[in-house]
Amino acid sequence: MSRRVKRRYLALKIESAESLEEEDIKDAVWNAVIQLFGEYGASQAGLFLVKYDEKKGEAVLRCSLKALSMVHASVASITEIRDKSVALHVLRISGTLRALSQKR
Amino acid sequence: MTRFADLHLCAPFRNEEQLKRMTAKSFEMGYRLVGIPLPPNVESDQVKRVRKICSEVGLDLVSRVDLTPKNTNELLASLRRLRRKFEVVAVHCISKPVARQAAKDRRVDLLSFQVTKPWNRFFDRAEAELASESLASLEIDMAPLLSLDGSLRIRLVSSLRREAAIAESFRVPVVISSGATSDYLLRRPLDYSALAMLFDMDSSLASRALSEVPCGIVERNRLKLSPDFVAPGLRVVRRRDP
Repeated sequence: MSRRVKRRYLALKIESAESLEEEDIKDAVWNAVIQLFGEYGASQAGLFLVKYDEKKGEAVLRCSLKALSMVHASVASITEIRDKSVALHVLRISGTLRALSQKR
Repeated sequence: MTRFADLHLCAPFRNEEQLKRMTAKSFEMGYRLVGIPLPPNVESDQVKRVRKICSEVGLDLVSRVDLTPKNTNELLASLRRLRRKFEVVAVHCISKPVARQAAKDRRVDLLSFQVTKPWNRFFDRAEAELASESLASLEIDMAPLLSLDGSLRIRLVSSLRREAAIAESFRVPVVISSGATSDYLLRRPLDYSALAMLFDMDSSLASRALSEVPCGIVERNRLKLSPDFVAPGLRVVRRRDP
């Protein structure tokens, strides 16, 4: 029996001295999850970068509810992208994109 | 509303620009109480200056001293000299005798251990038993968890998991601090709470370690340092007008 996968959306604030591309953020998050929880953990995460605003330094990340704490810890553990210091902060977490934008 | 505290913000107190930037960042992250390590011989004017910078951004400063004694005699001498000068006293335990003495001394608030050498972390069951009978809490700095990688981080997480479990079973309070030396190493309280799951600390316990426990330590010490304090459980409520 297949069950609907419950998801969570995370609004992220990216602090960096240099501008970063979408691919950099994706790679950094994937690498952080793999580094902390391995490929088995990453396979459960259901990661997807929904939105990325380079100018504002904001992004929306989707993951499975089951892996939420794993993804949150991984995002918080990112300190470098392309050998430059960065900090990723989780601002809000929500079950739907609409609720995420309303929580502002 | 929960009042989050970071008792170990390693902002360089002589570098005013960075101090301002880090304290402003800390406020933005949601902290309202910050402990900044100050040198033991700090002048009261310098403390006032740092306190003013913190209050300008909306933070309550906690004066903190980090002691790294080589032996128990040095620890006792430092405590005698500095306890009434600082609101929080943290002891960085580099040897077992120092760790044992610090754990049983009621003048010590925080116990911290070496990060990169797991064999030099002395928070075992005996240490926890001593700490549970005094007022010392175990301090966990989160910055090394972010800055280390590979085998060093694996070893650190493993040590922290064991220590957090021991602390919980002996009811030793745990304080989670940032230990951040730059604003890129600062994280929000909820991020730290999520990172605490790496060493199997549940989110409610992690939340307490970021708010209630550090705030409780500061409140208790401020009460003791106030001129109205007479003895534990006894304080001056009102003075007769001369």
